[in-house]
Amino acid sequence: MSTDETRAGQPASGQEDVEPADARVDDSGAEDAGRSAPALPPRGTPIIEVTGIGKSYGQVIALHDVTTSVRAGEVTCVLGDNGAGKSTFIKILAGAHEHSEGKFVVDGTSRNMSSPRAALALGIATVYQDLAVVPLMPVWRNFFLGSELTRGLGPIKRLDIAAMKRITKSELAAMGIDLRDVDQPIGTLSGGERQCVAIARAVYFGARALILDEPTAALGVRQSGIVLKYIAKARDRGLGVVFITHNPHHAYPVGDRFMLLRRGRSMGDFAKSEITLDELVRMMSGGAELEALAHELQDEPESALTKSLREEVETS
Amino acid sequence: MSTTTAPDVDERMVATSRATKTLRRPEVGSAIAALIVFVFFSVYTSEFLSDQGVGTWLNSSSRIGIVAVAVALLMIGGEFDLSTGTMVGTSGLMVGVLTTHYGLNIFVAVVVALVAALAIGAVNGILVMKTGLPSFIVTLGTFFALQGVNVALTKAIIGQVAIQGMKLVPSYDAIQPIFGGSFTFVGASVDMSVLWFIGVIGAATWLLLRTRPGNWVFAVGGAQQSSRQVGVPVLATKVGLFMATAGAGWLVGMVTLFKSSTVNGATGVGDEFIFIICAVVGGCLLTGGFGSAIGAALGAMIYGMTQQGIVYANWDSDWLKAFLGIMLLGAVLVNNWVRKRAEVSR
Repeated sequence: MSTDETRAGQPASGQEDVEPADARVDDSGAEDAGRSAPALPPRGTPIIEVTGIGKSYGQVIALHDVTTSVRAGEVTCVLGDNGAGKSTFIKILAGAHEHSEGKFVVDGTSRNMSSPRAALALGIATVYQDLAVVPLMPVWRNFFLGSELTRGLGPIKRLDIAAMKRITKSELAAMGIDLRDVDQPIGTLSGGERQCVAIARAVYFGARALILDEPTAALGVRQSGIVLKYIAKARDRGLGVVFITHNPHHAYPVGDRFMLLRRGRSMGDFAKSEITLDELVRMMSGGAELEALAHELQDEPESALTKSLREEVETS
Repeated sequence: MSTTTAPDVDERMVATSRATKTLRRPEVGSAIAALIVFVFFSVYTSEFLSDQGVGTWLNSSSRIGIVAVAVALLMIGGEFDLSTGTMVGTSGLMVGVLTTHYGLNIFVAVVVALVAALAIGAVNGILVMKTGLPSFIVTLGTFFALQGVNVALTKAIIGQVAIQGMKLVPSYDAIQPIFGGSFTFVGASVDMSVLWFIGVIGAATWLLLRTRPGNWVFAVGGAQQSSRQVGVPVLATKVGLFMATAGAGWLVGMVTLFKSSTVNGATGVGDEFIFIICAVVGGCLLTGGFGSAIGAALGAMIYGMTQQGIVYANWDSDWLKAFLGIMLLGAVLVNNWVRKRAEVSR
């Protein structure tokens, strides 16, 4: 990362340190556009608590009896394989779908979220897998889309383009992405970079609870590392992060709390002290099934082949 | 791509030259085409560059361009409006009937027509957004409905299809210069519609590039679902765009009415496609999310210049449509190529 881009009072090694949100407002005047959400509570305070929450679509029960909490300054990891109910859980948290059972408590108040806007107003921001970016629009326009900065009043109220470009550049630099040109269409960035733009955007716009939908799913090892680093940064800043993933190796290093989903049901909600990485991996991949598999693969590789061949013979 | 990290990007990036950047602007193709048309008719015919000639093609460009710019905004926002042409007739007829037949104050009638046009635009937008039907179908419906109403209702009320006696309406002379007046500029007779045109281009460009709603127009056209997720008011933006095209139709309706002191049931019919062609020739992507107001204005200039140039060149004026069709195809091909380059080559 080149240091000449990290102006605006950023330390030269902007990667390590993220300025508190307030400091950033000062250096460019009235840039409060999207920050209407309530302030961050002290570390460890539950922001979101769900109790026995569930959702059914007609006859289909997509999610049932899920309980967990999202606390300020902590990362809650939601782990599950494909079809485990992760998407449904996200949609409920994000306000896109209303839950049909259980309690959804935000800041101690029970809520029925009717729209993503309602969730955003409470400081619950979601970064979806499609990242909610418009590929043909420049990076800076995407960064501020929906919460654009303006100057002037009445008919000459206009976009504050210079400030938006500057902030986009410095926010991204703080994440370790040094864009030469924030004017390029966001569709031209790599997957990891787009992910970081989306996360940086949510953080900048005052998210208190940040829901990340499989942010590392489509990324390589190094880019995943960058994304995990930023999750940790968001956490250190005092945000409650919900990190949805199917990779326990990504979840364990940054997570404080782990909730496992399988077939629409919770397999448990553990604090980090209650579970080890090995246990997490085992639970994720179906416990006993994996052990059997590992046993076969390690000790007698040829027996697995024999077995499967025998099975084929038997079933045919 | 998977192992790309930030520091690597710079090394792999080729410096983008100013020329390449310019070429990626949506209106470049139409600017070049407009220049070619302009130079060709200037050289080939003697009247084209004369005072009278310039005035004629400017005036005819402006009447198309006002709506074309609004249609371009709508197209950037990802939608179509086929009812814009008939809207010109509807608003003109409305003012005509309300004043000559019902004796309504002409200022009030003009405002009533504007409100009605905006309401029809809003209905278009709300129908498209609430039903999820393609705007092509919804506005095709409005197009035919208005076309029928224009003729049938006018006949039912005043017994004929054309407005007569506009000049006898009280205060006609007070409002006529605003929409239908003309003035001499450097020897050429220029209509007020040219000033309106310039105003519309300026307002649309300002809106698109410098305001929040303009940002939303690009966003809803480029990725509607994503826009909604980040809190862009998608419904309001799109309905607003449909109202803008209807409003532009109203403006040209007023220009037509007060320029010629009459409109009839067929006024504007068929122009809706010309507006769309101008927008596409001007670099708007049919799929939305990309384009410019200035491009559409240049598209309208190409249309106006060709229309008059063909007359001055003593060609059969039917060649105009053949030319427009070929221009459209060429423009779409160029746009696609430009878009692909804009998406990958950075």
